[in-house]
Amino acid sequence: MAERAEVVFVDGVRTPFGRAGEKGMYWQTRADDLVVKAIIGLLERNPNVPKDRIDEVAIAATTQTGDQGLTLGRTASILAGLPRSVPGYAIDRMCAGAMTAVTATAGGIAFGAYDLVIAGGVEHMGRHPMGSGVDPNPRFQSEKLVNAEALNMGNTAERIHDRFPHLTKERADRFALGSQQKTTQAYLDGKIQPDLIPVATRSASGWGLATVDEAPRPETTLEGLAALRTPFRPHGRVTAGNSSGLNDGATASLLASADAAKELGLTGKMRLVSFAFAGVEPEIMGIGPVPSTEKALRKAGLTINDIGLFELNEAFAIQVLSLLDHFGIDDEDPRVNQWGGAIAVGHPLASSGVRLMIQLAAQFAEHPEVRYGLTAMCIGLGQGGSVIWENPHYTGKRNPRKGK
Amino acid sequence: MTIATAYGDLTALSGDEVVTHSYVRDVRLASGATIALITLDNDRDHTRPNTLGPVTLMELGSVLDAQRDRAANGEIAGVAITGKPFILAAGADLSKVSEIPSTAVAKQLAQLGHEVLGKLDDLGVPTFVFINGLALGGGLEVALNANYRTIDRGVPAVALPEVFLGIIPGWGGAWILPNLIGIENALKVIIENPLKNNRTLKGEEAFELGIADAIFDSGNFLEDSLKFADGVISGSVVVKRPNVPGKLERAVKWDAAVGIARKMLESRIGTVAQSPYKALDLIKAAKNTDRATGFAAEDEALAELISGDQFRASIYAFNLVQKRAKRPTGAPDKALAKPVTKVGVIGAGLMASQFALLFVRRLKVPVVITDLDQARVDKGVDYIRGEINTLESKGKINRDESNRLKALVTGTTDKADFADADWIIEAVFEELGVKQDVFAEIEKHVSDTAVLATNTSSLSVEQIGAKLAHPERLVGFHFFNPVAVMPLVEVVRAPSTDDATLSTAMVTAAKLYKNAVITTDTPGFVVNRILAKLLGEAMHAVDTGTPFEIVDRAIAPFGLPMTPFELLELVGLKVGAHVLDTHHAAFPDRFFESKNLHALAEHGQIFERDAKGKIKGFDKKAVSIVKGGKSPMTGEEILRRVEDGLADEIHRMLEDGVVEAPEDIDLCLILGAGWPFQMGGATPYLDRVGASERVFGGTFHTPPIRGME
Repeated sequence: MAERAEVVFVDGVRTPFGRAGEKGMYWQTRADDLVVKAIIGLLERNPNVPKDRIDEVAIAATTQTGDQGLTLGRTASILAGLPRSVPGYAIDRMCAGAMTAVTATAGGIAFGAYDLVIAGGVEHMGRHPMGSGVDPNPRFQSEKLVNAEALNMGNTAERIHDRFPHLTKERADRFALGSQQKTTQAYLDGKIQPDLIPVATRSASGWGLATVDEAPRPETTLEGLAALRTPFRPHGRVTAGNSSGLNDGATASLLASADAAKELGLTGKMRLVSFAFAGVEPEIMGIGPVPSTEKALRKAGLTINDIGLFELNEAFAIQVLSLLDHFGIDDEDPRVNQWGGAIAVGHPLASSGVRLMIQLAAQFAEHPEVRYGLTAMCIGLGQGGSVIWENPHYTGKRNPRKGK
Repeated sequence: MTIATAYGDLTALSGDEVVTHSYVRDVRLASGATIALITLDNDRDHTRPNTLGPVTLMELGSVLDAQRDRAANGEIAGVAITGKPFILAAGADLSKVSEIPSTAVAKQLAQLGHEVLGKLDDLGVPTFVFINGLALGGGLEVALNANYRTIDRGVPAVALPEVFLGIIPGWGGAWILPNLIGIENALKVIIENPLKNNRTLKGEEAFELGIADAIFDSGNFLEDSLKFADGVISGSVVVKRPNVPGKLERAVKWDAAVGIARKMLESRIGTVAQSPYKALDLIKAAKNTDRATGFAAEDEALAELISGDQFRASIYAFNLVQKRAKRPTGAPDKALAKPVTKVGVIGAGLMASQFALLFVRRLKVPVVITDLDQARVDKGVDYIRGEINTLESKGKINRDESNRLKALVTGTTDKADFADADWIIEAVFEELGVKQDVFAEIEKHVSDTAVLATNTSSLSVEQIGAKLAHPERLVGFHFFNPVAVMPLVEVVRAPSTDDATLSTAMVTAAKLYKNAVITTDTPGFVVNRILAKLLGEAMHAVDTGTPFEIVDRAIAPFGLPMTPFELLELVGLKVGAHVLDTHHAAFPDRFFESKNLHALAEHGQIFERDAKGKIKGFDKKAVSIVKGGKSPMTGEEILRRVEDGLADEIHRMLEDGVVEAPEDIDLCLILGAGWPFQMGGATPYLDRVGASERVFGGTFHTPPIRGME
């Protein structure tokens, strides 16, 4: 009988995120190559991991065709040089793909089915534009199950503004500006670079090397943000400036049972406490993380006050604000997205969940006064996903300067 | 003077060069240093590899000059070159070499390469080449000229094939390589491998030899190579080159190794081919010359060879093998080919078993062999399955594949088991009546559309089919020994052979990885007719009283892989005598038969050999058997007779349409008889020695394929 086990997040890496499209740095790079390079980089950083001990490779992508098809977890495992004995599979939960890869395999570890797993995701939105090849069931329309607008994420973000009029465009823009500024500072402080795996990129002018994210716009100003058009509605509130962009990128993480980690001399950067997914109306999918976070807190026996660090995916500024507002957290609370977020670095859909965890893990090391952290994100068609982690560096002492 | 004007005569030839561009991008390395990364890319897909023509070299030269300036200004800390996906470069652009008008321009080609690639040795900052894919000839020399090299573990082919093509590695390869990887390794790469059917090295092998300083997996090759370069630049990576020759190697080993290689060359290919010996001289001199002297010697050697006959003939031969062999002339539409889903082999002897093995390995369809009695059938099946087991034990195929193939091979004495075969090939005794009866009997058991193929080497395919109800499905399918190795199949179109049958034969040959040439149903087809002419003349000279020694050396200027009598012993003296008889019967006024050869066949040998089979001299009994001729010839007379005889015979074959063009004759001789590239098969040689002119007052090729002075 398998034994129940503690789950630890051992390590995570990602490729630099690129801008999708012909001018983006990954236009001539295959999606599977991106995630393969992330996996290779992850394993090179963790040479103590015997490759044949890996029990599963779960890789997420939203559009699972072409170079994102063919059961990515398995193909990526072979291409990354893992032994043939290592199995793998593909996962899709849109934006929460990588997060689901983590929670699904973590569940397997907790149940005792796995000792070591690789979980990650990739989205090449240049080669696979959002919604390409979809064929929604006509019953969504005929039975009014889902409003056609719900399939356009920008529209669902506008809907949050409708529901919460006090969450204004100005607040969203200010939050977006903060994201850019925090990312700029994090890069200057060298916080983000250590977990990036360089990727050779081909272009019409020869090979290059991607070493940093392509999307951040450090030059962003409030005035500039205010002047952007609102593509989803005339006189709307959601702009390219207060949303994440269209991006290419991949992430990979290594999870282990606490026992296996100990056996192999691996240090857990985070311990998994609880996770939860929840559904909301598809038309306002961005509020999904609210019920999923409540559920995850409940399962963990914690309250929002126990959370010392937040890594919230910034699909849209308004969608993060709605969560903060719900829990009574200030728009500029320093616990939230310390290094900025998807508005600056980008959001290659199914890869982003692990990026949140990579950053939370790094922040845990810097904040031994913090015991718990939250990674959460909204998901298309009306869902949210939340994962609560415990900081192994926690000393039990509060940082007197930072307070709680 | 600019580089473009200095090499003006060369660029004049390059109007339509497919230029491989040198794209350059700066890459910021983890240490903070910047490296200029040059990508060689001709903007075509992988089916058109990067090649290095004059315009390409000049562009690379000016890009490197610009990097030298930037290095001097402190803008960059290193320069690296890599290729487009899967390809670094396939070598010099040879498409225009036949238009090079003079030795002087040929020398420019060598000098331009040295000038441009040589910049990599002295750029003011470390230079690197990341060998990411195919790197042949000049492509590998780009890498050799740099200070450091990395190689992708997945690289399928690294080689210096110049000697195979009648030239030498003349952009630094001949001097740099022995000084980088040691004398023995260099001899292997520059001389031995090209002459072993142009063998190439895989990434791992190239690394082991010391051609690259580091090897990385394909998944992250460029990233890891850049990291390596960063380490070299910053000093954290120290490159060790254990194969660089030391004082002792230079003093003791170098000349000895060259001497051994020279002896080996002389015994294996003779002394006609110039390029291996030129290469040997250059490598020998590289022991104690400096780079500039070595490069100057390469210039001279390359210019001389490019201007000569052998290189032109080699390029011609290379194009035949690379291009014409893959698109056989006169082949009907492939769509007409009938599917082959089961093969029947008539006969269970050695030849038949080799057929069965080849068909089952390549087509992976059921192969059933038959013979007169169960014992022979069992022996044949056991042999085939044993060979498959050997393939498995050597690791060429895995257990599953071995099981699959063995299960596909069955034997029977009941011809009814051929009922659903759609390709039946015979390998029974070379006698018309036997073959006629075998096919007539098998026809009763097979469908009306099953293809019948005969491996006859000397009989008329038409006559073999005389007793068939459906002769239109009979085709000649003539292999060469050893079946598994020799790449040629002569596909013989008899007068009644229909297009569907011919197409099936051509497609099947391709699936067997053989190159097929279509010939008419005439005696000896191509290869045996030429060899019968040659051997008939040789035996005739013996019969008239010329000593074996004189005859055997007389056609040495051809540079054939074997002397006439070695060849006779290889094919078997009985078979040889039979071939001469057949041709004499068909063309009594032009082909000799030889009673002496029959007598020698009875005796069994011509040479006296030691225990290991090495030739010691001519067998005394053989010498006495052939005694009595009254009018011996000189070697020159014999050579002239053979040259003129071949020119005449080939001319007749073309007049009669045995094959479409002289190119097909040459292709057959190269692939079926191992005739050397430096002869271009046969016709370029016959043109250049004047035989064509003497015999029919013209040349096979217009203009003749020959050097310029």
